[in-house]
Amino acid sequence: MSKKNLLVIGNGMVGHHFLEQFVATDAAADYHIVVFGEEPLLAYDRVHLSEYFGGSSHTDLAMGTAEWYAENNLDLHLDEQVTGIDRDAKQVVTPKGTYAYDELVLATGSFPFVPPIDGNDRPDCLVYRTLDDLDQIRASAENGKVGVVVGGGLLGLEAANALKSLGLQAHVVEFAPRLMPVQLDDDGGALLRRKIEELGVQVHTEKATTAIVDGEDCRLRMNFSDDSHLETDLIVFSAGIRPQDALARSSGLEIGERGGIVINNQCTTSDPHIHAIGECALWNQRIFGLVAPGYTMARTLAGALNGDSEAAFTGADMSTKLKLLGVDVGSIGDAHGQSPGARSIRFNDEASGVYRRMVISEDGKKLLGAILVGDNGPYDTLLQYALNGIDLPASPEALILPESEGGAPALGPDALPDTASICSCHNVTKGDICGVIDAGCQDLAGVKAETKASTGCGGCAALLKNVVDCELEKRGVEVSTDICEHFPYSRQELFHLVKVNGIRTFRQLIREHGQGHGCDICKPTVASILATVWNEHILATDHVALQDTNDTFMANMQKNGTYSIVPRVPGGEITPDKLIVLGEVAKEYNLYTKITGGQRIDLFGATLSELPEIWEKLIAAGFETGHAYGKSLRTVKSCVGSTWCRYGVQDSVGMAILLENRYKGLRAPHKFKLAVSGCTRECAEAQSKDFGVIATDKGWNLYVCGNGGMRPRHADLFATDLSDEELIRTIDRVLMFYVRTADRLQRTSVWLENLEGGLDYLKEVILEDKLGLGEELDEHMQRVIGTYQCEWKTAVEDPEKRKRFREFVNDERKDPVQQWTTERGQRRPVAETA
Amino acid sequence: MTRKTTQWHHLCDVQDLIPESGIAVWTPAGPVAIFYLPHQIPSLYAIGHHDPFSDANVLARGITGDLKGEPVVASPIYKQHFSLRSGVCQEDDSVRVPTFQVLVDGEQVLVEVPATQRADAVA
Ligand code: SRM
Ligand SMILES: Cc1cc2nc3c(=O)[nH]c(=O)nc-3n(C[C@H](O)[C@H](O)[C@H](O)COP(=O)(O)OP(=O)(O)OC[C@H]3O[C@@H](n4cnc5c(N)ncnc54)[C@H](O)[C@@H]3O)c2cc1C
Ligand code: SF4
Ligand code: FES
Repeated sequence: MSKKNLLVIGNGMVGHHFLEQFVATDAAADYHIVVFGEEPLLAYDRVHLSEYFGGSSHTDLAMGTAEWYAENNLDLHLDEQVTGIDRDAKQVVTPKGTYAYDELVLATGSFPFVPPIDGNDRPDCLVYRTLDDLDQIRASAENGKVGVVVGGGLLGLEAANALKSLGLQAHVVEFAPRLMPVQLDDDGGALLRRKIEELGVQVHTEKATTAIVDGEDCRLRMNFSDDSHLETDLIVFSAGIRPQDALARSSGLEIGERGGIVINNQCTTSDPHIHAIGECALWNQRIFGLVAPGYTMARTLAGALNGDSEAAFTGADMSTKLKLLGVDVGSIGDAHGQSPGARSIRFNDEASGVYRRMVISEDGKKLLGAILVGDNGPYDTLLQYALNGIDLPASPEALILPESEGGAPALGPDALPDTASICSCHNVTKGDICGVIDAGCQDLAGVKAETKASTGCGGCAALLKNVVDCELEKRGVEVSTDICEHFPYSRQELFHLVKVNGIRTFRQLIREHGQGHGCDICKPTVASILATVWNEHILATDHVALQDTNDTFMANMQKNGTYSIVPRVPGGEITPDKLIVLGEVAKEYNLYTKITGGQRIDLFGATLSELPEIWEKLIAAGFETGHAYGKSLRTVKSCVGSTWCRYGVQDSVGMAILLENRYKGLRAPHKFKLAVSGCTRECAEAQSKDFGVIATDKGWNLYVCGNGGMRPRHADLFATDLSDEELIRTIDRVLMFYVRTADRLQRTSVWLENLEGGLDYLKEVILEDKLGLGEELDEHMQRVIGTYQCEWKTAVEDPEKRKRFREFVNDERKDPVQQWTTERGQRRPVAETA
Repeated sequence: MTRKTTQWHHLCDVQDLIPESGIAVWTPAGPVAIFYLPHQIPSLYAIGHHDPFSDANVLARGITGDLKGEPVVASPIYKQHFSLRSGVCQEDDSVRVPTFQVLVDGEQVLVEVPATQRADAVA
């Protein structure tokens, strides 16, 4: 029997996906498959089109290769537009010939809608859909200054970002009163607008363009219906998409009122031998402008053509999560609350720029939709509630309140039903993942390879990892906590190995317990462990190459390769004489000078070779290193306390200085900070520190594991009314316990949150000495304190160590790339120019 | 007759090298980083000192190591890894820093550099 002909019109994302699915079926052997693509290039990933401006090429974006098409006997005709379908003769026509079909698949996608405005066909009036469009935009941008995007939807904002990245001053002109009118409400749209304008893209809403004419300062001028106007060098229309249904229309297939090729649940059109999938298809009066529903159609059709009578397309979720110009935006389900009886809960934090809205059912039990702007943190959890109809908790608002308000724990992967969709791009459910794990997959990479989950838009990566980790753990598979490819151990395990086996060098450790030569992950980690355990000088020959540059050169590297210098100012107390020395040194070396947030002074812009000279002078004046570069104690902040302040009940400055001198130099998994306040007014903000001390009239209250920074955490009250000695011993022990058990780069806040048993357990270990570790911890701390040295003092006194600070070992010259400018009376590096 | 376009230069001595780490030297072709990895073969590598991502001369100050067997240095600023063999950035193979031949002659470390071209001008 000779083969039947299957013709596919359109080689876009969905057409390609269909081919991938179909060639894997048994039915594929019965067909000779011919593919027509109007574009000159093989199907590519349109979702990531904008990366083309970031340097990706067609090859990077391509979805398949010519070899793959050849191997699967797919007859590929690129750059060949199908111009007609003759349904009676069952053939299609192109400029190059006619081709007979038995089954025909339309995957023609859609085209950008260009509003009917006078002048919309001028040069420099462009659209954003294909690689060719992007080439035209790039060419047009080359000799322009200003670019306008017409349309403030999802694609319009993406296009605006592209114009910005091409160096244009970018504007967005939107007809509706807000941005992303489909996905967002007024508050969400307003916040998005504010954020985008902060990024330098100007937004004009409620503007209807009436004509495009010659400009004066720029190439074009847009006239608006309110008599205002805007000059621009190029215009990108992104005012929506329209299904590409021209062929279907001219051949008399059923078309929707507002366009789109009508299909049934099997993706077949009004002609039983013609099928349509992707953005050109209209299902149940709906067009789907996202790739995931198109992929589902492709899979359905491949199944149906293979004789699967169950294959059916039953609609698709249109929830979206994206980063537009760096701003998180999420929209789920019935975002506008149009379902009868629906009500909303809103959280709007204007200061931090976070807006969240939940739409819930009349009975308050189900989540119908949601809007997120500014932070997509809750997106995955909310989506799972909405998609799977999971009952909401008693106080659903907790799901969108910030965590410090007593808010929501994320929905654990365990709580999800097997039908929960984890990856919508590749239609992978939790059940599918459990399936491949049960079939023998032992890690995330394996699950990805088997199911393709997370290989589409990538939006599901975090959720996928959670589900896989949880399922593996449930099956008793250990989830890898190896720090890197060189050591099959966690930081804590390495710590034990070093301590128990008395290992003193990285080479010995990797020789006996690791493999290869190490990397920038394990080397600094091991260096930090060695420093905690043995406290040798970090520039000792065995250690010097293990450190990050900041530790190696005992200063913080800046963006232009120079360094900053932060001498220690314990407790923030400094004599006028010392202040003068800092001023003199800064002046001599022309260093930019700034008061830090940690009550000390930072001197910026020293070159490598200047560092030892500068430190020589500072040390002579009585300064010590401030370890601003180390994973170690930063500052102990203090308020004025009882010596001056009329409310102070204890000498907070005295205690701060004592603590700072005690812990300076201790190497830890991450940096740590302390603060001491002289009374309950808390001017030193101690409750935001790793260790916070607040004076009471009987002694000191100790708070532990607070954090400022990226994810602020209030410290927990640990013990009250401690004497000086009790306070110090308690801090010693918690600190040492942390240093021994935390993961690499884990601040005390995260450490505590991950400590099994939490705060109560920590209290038992430290205050009740449940593990009998107390004395050992004390002893270890004593040893560290006893071996303290100012690293800079040791370094400047040692000619061998000083040699390391030569910029070029064969030449005295200073680094020639550093270029400087002056701002507000001080020197700083010129802004990125290259 | 072909003109010689590269030349060996004596740029530093063995005692200037730092085991498992890098040093920078100034050459007619601009700044070059020399790495000394005594436990590997070969144990000497020379690549451009200029980091294309930060536009600063810093690569000699990065941490050395191996990734999947490839000897690399991690830029101290934004931490991209560069192959010491080929100069190719492991995170973005469209970016490459120049590489140079290097050898030890007695106590002298010699590097072969182009006669004029600046090393940091090659992106
Ligand atoms: C200089 C300073 C900013 C200033 O001019 O005020 C500063 C500068 C840097 N901070 Fe900071 N932080 C400074 C106070 C703070 C504070 C405020 C404070 O200490 O009271 C915080 C929030 C409090 C906290 O840590 O909980 C802070 C939270 C961070 C974080 C986030 C840490 C976190 O756990 O969330 C980082 C990133 C990190 O460490 O991974 C960071 C990292 C950095 C680095 C090291 C980034 C880098 O790698 O280049 C900056 C080094 C600049 C330099 O070369 O000196 N800096 N940084 C402040 C130095 C204080 C000092 O005297 O030592
Ligand atoms: C900038 C941008 C960003 C996007 N971001 C996202 C996103 O984040 N998430 C998401 O889900 N979706 C996104 N999309 C949408 C996504 O790209 C589309 O949903 C998807 O490409 C639809 O696939 P398709 O195969 O139906 O259409 P297309 O990919 O458009 O393919 C149709 C192909 O058919 C060809 N064709 C048409 N007519 C003919 C003919 N007569 N003869 C021959 N060939 C013909 C066309 O030239 C085209 O190559 C984005 C789109 C763009 C432009
Ligand atoms: S807030 Fe960011 S930019 Fe500012 S000093 Fe800290 S790390 Fe640097
Ligand atoms: S949802 Fe897009 S890759 Fe999984």
